[in-house]
Parts: sequence; C-alpha cells; structure tokens
Amino acid sequence: MMPALTLRNAVVAVAIVVMALLPLYSAMSGNTFMMTLFTRIMILSIAAVSLNLIMGFGGMVSFGHAAYLGIGGYVVGILAREGIGSGFVQWPLALILSGLFALGVGALSLRTRGVYFIMITLAFAQMIYYVANGLDRYGGDDGLTIQRRSDFGGLMDLSNRTFFYYLCFVLLMATVYFVWRMVNSRFGQVIQGCRSNERRMRAIGFPTFRYKLTCFVIAGVLCGLAGVLLANHTNFISPSLMHWTRSGDLIVMAVLGGMGSVFGPVIGTIVLLMLEEYLPHVIGLVSYVTTGKEIAAAKEYWQLILGPMLLLIVLYARGGIDGLISSVRRG
Amino acid sequence: MLYFFEQCLNGIQLGMLLFLLAAGLTLIFGIMDLVNLAHGSLYMLGAYFAATFAGLTDSFLLGIGLGLAATFVAGIVLEIVAIRPLYGRDHLDHVLATFGLLLFFNELVRLIWGPAGLTISLPSQMLTAVQLLPGVYYPLYRVVIILTTLAVALLLYVLVMRTRIGMLIRAGASNREMAGALGVNIRLLYTLVFGLGAALAGFAGMIQAPLSFVQIGMGENILILAFVVIIIGGIGSIRGAFVAAIIVGLIDTMGRAFLPDLVRIFLSYSAGSSAGPALSSMLIYTLMAVILVFRPEGLFPATAK
Repeated sequence: MMPALTLRNAVVAVAIVVMALLPLYSAMSGNTFMMTLFTRIMILSIAAVSLNLIMGFGGMVSFGHAAYLGIGGYVVGILAREGIGSGFVQWPLALILSGLFALGVGALSLRTRGVYFIMITLAFAQMIYYVANGLDRYGGDDGLTIQRRSDFGGLMDLSNRTFFYYLCFVLLMATVYFVWRMVNSRFGQVIQGCRSNERRMRAIGFPTFRYKLTCFVIAGVLCGLAGVLLANHTNFISPSLMHWTRSGDLIVMAVLGGMGSVFGPVIGTIVLLMLEEYLPHVIGLVSYVTTGKEIAAAKEYWQLILGPMLLLIVLYARGGIDGLISSVRRG
Repeated sequence: MLYFFEQCLNGIQLGMLLFLLAAGLTLIFGIMDLVNLAHGSLYMLGAYFAATFAGLTDSFLLGIGLGLAATFVAGIVLEIVAIRPLYGRDHLDHVLATFGLLLFFNELVRLIWGPAGLTISLPSQMLTAVQLLPGVYYPLYRVVIILTTLAVALLLYVLVMRTRIGMLIRAGASNREMAGALGVNIRLLYTLVFGLGAALAGFAGMIQAPLSFVQIGMGENILILAFVVIIIGGIGSIRGAFVAAIIVGLIDTMGRAFLPDLVRIFLSYSAGSSAGPALSSMLIYTLMAVILVFRPEGLFPATAK
C-alpha cells in the first residue's frame, strides 16, 4: 500500500532523504561539520526511539535511560583499554550487558508505577553513574579516551568517516523499522493496551508484567547500541554521559518530536540538536539587529529560551512536532 | 571513636540539610501531586540570594533573612507563572516542564551572577569550635545548623498539625474538591505551600553555602538525594522525610568516611579513595531499591487515599 501524502509523511521522507544524501553534500562542499553533527543526531535518535518505545507506547516513563548509553560506551571503552579491540567481542557484550541491566532494573521497578517508577529508574541510573565515577582505572570522573574504534577485521572500517556515517544511518533505519513492526505487532498491541489500562489487560488474561519487562529489556538493548556507537563516534567516554540531566535530554527529544509515532523522536532529536547548534547564532544575530552591536555573551544563553519553550510545548502542544504536523490537513 | 562520633554528627547535619529540601518536595508532591525537578534550582537561588544580600549588607544574618524572603517571593512568582497550569496533568508533563525550568534557572543565574560562582563568609564568632563532650570539639557553625534545622522541623510540624492553615493544607491534600466546596481558597493555599517549599529549599541552600561553594547546578545532585529521601520516607509524609533524611545522611557520610579504609584492606590505597564515595552512593540507591521492593509506599506512608 502506498502511504498517503500527508505533511507528516512528507516531513519524514525529507528527513530520511536529507540524512541519506548528506555525505554527498559534505564531499562536494568539503564541509564535514554537518556530517559529524548528523552522525551524533542519528546515534542519539536511536536512543530516543528506544526510549519512546517504552515511554510513548508502553507508558513507562524511564528517567534513567542514559544509563544504557553509558553501559554501551563503557563496555567499548574498557575492553579497548584492556587490549580487546575486536568489535565482534565488544558489540555483543555491550548489548548483552545493557539487556541484563535492563532486566534487573525492570524486574524491580516495574513492580511500582507512576512517579515511583520515574524515581526508581532515575535512582538506578544514578547508581551506575557513581560506579563509573569510581572506576579509577578507567579515568574515574575525568573519563576515558578510546584509542581505537571497534575493529571488525577487514569487514568494516569504522575510522572511515563516511562509512561510519552510513553505518549509523542504516542502524537508525533498522531500529525505526524494527520498532515500527514491533509496535504494530500483537506484542506491541499488548504493550499499548497496558499503557491505557493495565488492570483490564490483566483481567483478560495477559501476563502484563512479562510483556512490559520484555519491552523494557528490548529498549535497553537498543539504547546500549546507541551507546556503543556514541563511544566509537566521540572516541571518549565519561560518567557525564550518564548524568541524570542526560536522561532528561532524551525525554525532551522524544516528547519534542512526538511520542505518538515511531519516527517522532528522530525529528525531535534533529530539532533539539540543531537548536543547540544554531540557536546561539540566531540569538547573536537578533541581538546584533536590535542593539546594533555584536553581543558575544548573548549567544551563550540559548537554554534561557529552550527552557520556557519546553514548558510551552508541554502546555500547548502535547503531541510534539509530530502532533503539530499531523494536525495540518492535506492541502 | 572520636572520629566516629564526629562523622555521626556530620551525617546528621547532612541529613538535616536533606530534610529541608525533602520537606518542601514532599509537601508539594503530597498536596499538589506535582513532581518538581526545579526544586534544586530554588536551593541554588536561595544560596545566590543570600550571598548577594550578605555581600550588600555586610551581615550574614541579614543576608539569610533577606535571602529567605526573596526565595519565598521567587517561589510564589514561579508557582503563579509556570507551575499553576501543570496541576492535574500527567507526571511526565511535570518532569518535562520542570526540567525546562531547571535549564532556564541555570542560564538565568549565569546571566545575572556570571559563571564564576560566589562564596559566603561566616561571621568570625561562628568560626570557633565548641566542646560537646570532654575532649570532643565540633565546629560551632555545624552545631548551629543542626539546631536551627531541628527548630525548623519542629515549627513545620506545629504549622501542619496544630494550626488552622495546617488543617487547611491537610484538607487540601486529602480531598481537593471537597475542601474547595467548603470555601477554602485552594489556589491561594497551593501558592502558599509552594512558596513555603521554595523558602525551605532556599534556606537549605544558604546554610550549606558557607561550607561549600555557591555555584550553578549546585542543586542538581542533592535534588536527586532529596527524591531518594522522600521515596524512602513515603511520599507526602513529613515525618517519613525526617527519618529517611537522617538515614540517608548517615549512610552517605559514614560510607564516605569508613568505606575507603574498608576497601583499602582488600585493594590498594588509591582504589579506596576513589571507590569509597562511589560505594557509599551505591549503598543509598540499593537501600532505596530494597525499600521499594518490600515497602513500595515507603517507610511512613502518608494517610491512605
């Protein structure tokens, strides 16, 4: 079936095409900055999509999702430091550990609900954060520089910038497709049923705890993958990757883009990181136009605008950007 | 033994500080059902206000007094402008909106006071140590903190349990509509409770400030500890917050003081210094996890709804 040409689908298509063709632009213009920025955007998109799987579709507001970014990243970093550079060891181990951590956290925290769930996921993430701070051998709170990216023999060369970009692109697309298929499967319907009324789901015979736990673990593994990619992208890991405000950032990405759709968080991540990059310039420009002189300091205060913007989005645009563009009629 | 005694007092002092934060948080949560991540920002604002006023008036006490008033007003303005529309909404909305406020306040403070941070100096008569037991000296200022916070806790208890306004607060917490129907001005009540919570948080920030440093983001990590306190104590319960704050304060301080030596017995010296704080922090979160598993409502659940 051909998808209908709505504004929403058009935006998604444009975003995918732009991401797919960006290296071409970089190769022609020699501007590699955009490519680095978008590699980061795509990696964090994977994390935001995975968070949205449990938060938007499962109704489980995890305030500790950045922990998996850290676990994925630290597995790569620690193994690299210990001389195990092979990606065939690093990547599976990172995903397994992320999954196990999610299993433990989920098994405990899914017994609670509402604000208790938010707080207990936050607490577990803080725990991992302090563990990383205490890893003296691996840099403690200074973090750890990764000398070499994951080594896949002759199969893949992650140090090739363009190759790494497309690897992230393919993995992001695969994640979105996977989550989309899952959300629309029987499993996904059960998860969404739990969000709207868990008691009723139990009453008609679904072991909701097991379903939710499985979903929680899948999201953890996907975010662990994002952590692996992030460590390979920046060649550096530090506990700040897991600070609770990073988990807050991930929630912002998902909500800003729109929790109602699988692709929404990708849009949210693009918008947030672009704002982070360009809002300072816009503020600088506005201050230049209004006062007639360049106020360098004005550029630093972009969060002064972002903060109230979040408040307004919460108050007036619950569906995020996705909600806004899907409410526009076809025209 | 002396060292142990001293660390006990330090733990209680940290616990008292956490209590000031947690009391406001738990009141706001228990009564308005609002998750407030910006509570740490009020802690920070309190410290900045006090440092500024103390600098202007050259008096520590005046700084604290004016700072308290300023934080109270800031809390009320914040409630009216930004918090009021959030009542009755999803918890995720609270998290997101107050996270936005937290970013906003961090930048605002950077804009007004600059990125460098401030210090508050204590009046010279506070810098002495007092003899608590024969041979046991303890800094006077920390004793003052403990006694002042105890007094605040007592005042809070009297306010909530023994006064008319406290009765209205409890009425609003147990049934908002009914209290409103009986003629209680719920909106005003909520604004006052938020202002009170803000003042308590600000007070915590300003009394802690002379012991450390007034800086941007100072409220972020202690806020999470305060959340742990109210989860352990039971959301909405001031008594629970008090007990849990002291437990958490003691564990954190004792862990930091004694775990490094314990680790050093088994591992190297440097491993002890770095792993100790991490372990003691982990201990707190493990305690919280255990309590949530066995008593999901916390140690002292507020009256069942």
